[in-house]
Amino acid sequence: MRYLKSILLSLAMLSSVTAFAADELVVYSARNEQLIKPLFDAYTAETGTQIKFITDKEGPLLERLRAEGKNTPADLLLTVDAGNLWLAAKQGVLAPVNSKTLRTNIPAHLRDPDNRWFGLSVRARTIVYSTERVKPEELSTYEALGDAKWKDRLCLRTSKKVYNQSMVAMMIARHGEAKTEKIVKSWVANLKTEPFPDDTKLMEAILAGQCDVGIVNTYYFGRLEKKQPGLPLALFWPNQKDRGVHVNVSGAGVTTHAKHRAAAVKLLEWLSSEKAQNLFADENMEYPANPKNKPHASVAAWGKFKQDTINVSKAGSLQVKAVMLMDRAGYK
Amino acid sequence: MSTTTEDIRQSGPPVQTGISDWLNVNVRLWRLASFIVAAIVAAPILVVTLSWFTPAGDVWRHLVQTVLGGLLLNTVVLMLGVGGGVFLLGAGLAWLTTMYDFPGRRLFDWALMLPLAIPAYVLAFVAVALLDFSGPVQGSLRAIFGSSNWFPPIRSAGGVVAVMVLAFYPYVYMLARAAFLAQGRRMLETGRVLGLSPRAAFLRVALPMARPALAAGVALALMEALADFGAVAIFNYDTFTTAIYKSWLGLFSLPAAAQLASLLLLFVAVALIGERQLRGRARYHAALRHGRDQRYRLAGARAWGATAVCALVLLLAFIIPVGQLFSWAWENARIDLDARYLRFFLNTVALGAAAAIVTTFCALLLAYTYRLKPDRWVAGAVRFATLGYALPGSVLAVGIMVSFVWLDRQFAQWLQSLFGIAVGPLLTGSLIALLLAYGVRFMAVAHGPIDSSFERIKPSLWQAARSLGASNREILWRVSIPLLRTGLLSAALLVFVEVMKELPATLLLRPFGWDTLATRIFEMTSEGQWERAALPALTLVLAGLIPVVMLVRRSSSQS
Repeated sequence: MRYLKSILLSLAMLSSVTAFAADELVVYSARNEQLIKPLFDAYTAETGTQIKFITDKEGPLLERLRAEGKNTPADLLLTVDAGNLWLAAKQGVLAPVNSKTLRTNIPAHLRDPDNRWFGLSVRARTIVYSTERVKPEELSTYEALGDAKWKDRLCLRTSKKVYNQSMVAMMIARHGEAKTEKIVKSWVANLKTEPFPDDTKLMEAILAGQCDVGIVNTYYFGRLEKKQPGLPLALFWPNQKDRGVHVNVSGAGVTTHAKHRAAAVKLLEWLSSEKAQNLFADENMEYPANPKNKPHASVAAWGKFKQDTINVSKAGSLQVKAVMLMDRAGYK
Repeated sequence: MSTTTEDIRQSGPPVQTGISDWLNVNVRLWRLASFIVAAIVAAPILVVTLSWFTPAGDVWRHLVQTVLGGLLLNTVVLMLGVGGGVFLLGAGLAWLTTMYDFPGRRLFDWALMLPLAIPAYVLAFVAVALLDFSGPVQGSLRAIFGSSNWFPPIRSAGGVVAVMVLAFYPYVYMLARAAFLAQGRRMLETGRVLGLSPRAAFLRVALPMARPALAAGVALALMEALADFGAVAIFNYDTFTTAIYKSWLGLFSLPAAAQLASLLLLFVAVALIGERQLRGRARYHAALRHGRDQRYRLAGARAWGATAVCALVLLLAFIIPVGQLFSWAWENARIDLDARYLRFFLNTVALGAAAAIVTTFCALLLAYTYRLKPDRWVAGAVRFATLGYALPGSVLAVGIMVSFVWLDRQFAQWLQSLFGIAVGPLLTGSLIALLLAYGVRFMAVAHGPIDSSFERIKPSLWQAARSLGASNREILWRVSIPLLRTGLLSAALLVFVEVMKELPATLLLRPFGWDTLATRIFEMTSEGQWERAALPALTLVLAGLIPVVMLVRRSSSQS
């Protein structure tokens, strides 16, 4: 029995050592490793705080946080898409952070109204078109992509991607369900081909002449542009006379059962600071969330635009409606 | 003549009683061990089934009203296409390489297993990249003919089926190859002597005799196709699994997703049990082979025809995809390749090898216990333990994680109340949890080959060994294991390769720092950087060659 007890004790010590080492933060991240590692390395160099992280998809990460409950080693949840952040907050795994720094650094529409998560980079989802077959004057709004003139000229990414779900959710927030459904149906009627699995494939289809316009996140365009400079594609900023360009965020929140809450808040504040914001956004050619930071030169070259300022948490609260609506509209 | 195979199949003593009746072993101990293994493996599946206690009526109503009908139709098309395709390709190629001699046969014999190392979603991505409207193939066609509109769209049911057949036929090929080799030629020659044409001998003797192996192989391919999400997502081809993920991630209802998943399991269980029932009382024992069999030598056009078929399959399923990966990897190696890749490689191989040993051992335990005493309980335990493979990876991974977290909590409370020690989680985030998870996921993969090689052993061999005075241990180690060797090796190899490719459980349960090549692929593809994923994917294929080469060397030294 004594033998058993000593084994158990050493096991216990082992587990506590691995799980709760002192000045070390644990981050669960759905933003991938090559985007977050440079940031964390910079933070460690500056403050000496070690950061351990696990990357996974949002869904499983959230379930892991929920299942682990009080025992979770995670201090910070870092994820992409406001819908995911909204869901995490709703399920109670994120705790409110009352920080003046964060409130100053991050505009109100890019963070949770209850301060449980904060957007750290902005991802604009906008119209891309072929400069060979489309004049920018022909374009105006997302909604107008359903016009008859775009019949068999439109390409879309699959409705199963959360970016499109968020975009339609934001349209529901503006137009209501009935009108949004009509718009989505008119898009589907204009589709040249089956929806694509990703934005890059969509742009390649426009380049190859399969279709003329589409909707993509700007950083995918940036990546393609970097690989093929001078390509006959351009971005268009729609809805500049009304609601503005649809934006989404990647962001983070401190977990409810964080073991190092103060340190986690400090990291979150640092991530929102002018020092870190370009490091956070530029690596993936996104826009910094902090208005004091300028986007990277290659990103700024796409021009300035007015963004939709409805709180991005709507993407979460209306996501279920959006998904159901797209199913009804036959948007696959 | 129609009774030929029946007569052969029904020779040998009935096995219903189980070999424990005359083999003097402690059946209870084996049974107990089997039940423990089955319980661990079945726990996550139970977690998934528990979802029925949470109502999810809204999601169901929505799915039934909108997309479910189409998804079911798509799924049926996929099942029929993939099932028929892997059967024809797998069994046909295995028959060619085991029974005939033609130019290149010795190479194809093992090379046709290589596509196993390529994850289906990677093959799917390469196929779409090459053959879609914007790809190089249609591009050149347009350059030459002005239009490529007549080209069949790759993102279609036909495209998905073709890719999955090429990705999954090696399961059938491997198992059928082992079965045909074990059958030897004698049974076939008996059929020929009794007046069957070569074709009839194949269709009415060799194929029916290989049924357990073929069924196991096709079942693995179909379960994989059912559970697949990566490949169908690239084609935007919606299947039942799509509905599962849609419910979970789109409609925020994990309960509805788990309910759908458990229906999927029910379907698989019914199909598997149905196949068993249809076999009826048929037996598949094969006589032992003596020495080396001569292969029929093909000549002239038929020989080159056989070579061409094998070469074409190898080209489409392995050489072209690997070539494309290589060219992408070459472009990106400069920025991505660094010392960490050695670490990823070693992690991948270590996890694969460890999981292969553990899982094969557990599957052997289950199959052997079933042979000792094939009663309803053991059969049920085995059935349940092998269902996990048909669950979509992420759903099962969450089920595993939830049950492990629960175990951790129980253990911590128990320690707390007994000794007053407070502990953190022991299982979650440990290597043990990850290995257990692989066991849960891939028990079916290990069980199929082992079980089908058990089917081929005549019980009289055990009786003979016993009457010659062999002890239980000797019977296990000197009679059973050598007879099962091909099956065990196939099982270990399959698990090895599967674990290396596995993603959802690895992502969710890996300890800090245990990144593998598969998680590396994920890091790249999660933001759509498929070309950058080519480097880890190619390294994964190279790592996958290790077990394949191991198997090849073993099986060639054997014959």
